[in-house]
Amino acid sequence: MSEIFFDESVILLDVEGIAKEEILTVMGRNLVDKELVKESFIQAIIAREGEFATGLPTAGISVAIPHTDVEHVNRKTISVGVLKKAVDFGVMGDESEITPVKLVFMLAMDEAHSQLTLLQQLMQIFQSEETLKYLVSEKNKTSIKHLLEEKLDFMACKGDE
Amino acid sequence: MEKKQVLVACGAGIATSTVVNGAIEEMAKEHNLKVDLVQIKIAEVGGYIDTADLLVTTAMTKKEYSFPVINARSFLTGIGTEDTKQQILDELKK
Repeated sequence: MSEIFFDESVILLDVEGIAKEEILTVMGRNLVDKELVKESFIQAIIAREGEFATGLPTAGISVAIPHTDVEHVNRKTISVGVLKKAVDFGVMGDESEITPVKLVFMLAMDEAHSQLTLLQQLMQIFQSEETLKYLVSEKNKTSIKHLLEEKLDFMACKGDE
Repeated sequence: MEKKQVLVACGAGIATSTVVNGAIEEMAKEHNLKVDLVQIKIAEVGGYIDTADLLVTTAMTKKEYSFPVINARSFLTGIGTEDTKQQILDELKK
């Protein structure tokens, strides 16, 4: 299992867009340019979001966790997008509801049924209003990177099944 | 008590279902319940209609099934987790 790729270059601040498709395209394009995902990833993630929404209303700031099938991924990574203005995403499991998302965690996973610890820790972040507020207001990518590395404990995920 | 087959599903079968799967595994251990957890994509539920006892999902489903369906979004957001856990436990203990 390959190690997760994570550095400042997959953290995008002030992402602009009116529709969720624009946000997904900007974030996806960045991952394509870095060859972390295949060109097909962008369309796949937009299509998946349309079919199965990933917006999550949390205690404070709504987040979205767009992701798609493993075959579009070269190397696993989590891309973080802080949106300039909230963009409506559908609510996971609730077709009729939308939520104004400020933070997007785009997941590029390279294998199914794994990464439990990493995902659990990610959900822990969603449950901390304080952390979410920090993430949307912090302007220094390196600080965001350090915080996420600590919270997500990337090193501990290495041999995780 | 008979071992229950619990389907854990999400859209892609890789991300949120993994979290929900982990949570149910932990619950089952805690309450000493034997469950057969099957992590799948929501589109694959059809293949288990004859064997499943419960579907726990983060994806929406419009279909009607012969077994109960529980929405597990709370495992991701932390809002209402205890209620969802209780719902699942109630079904597992039936």
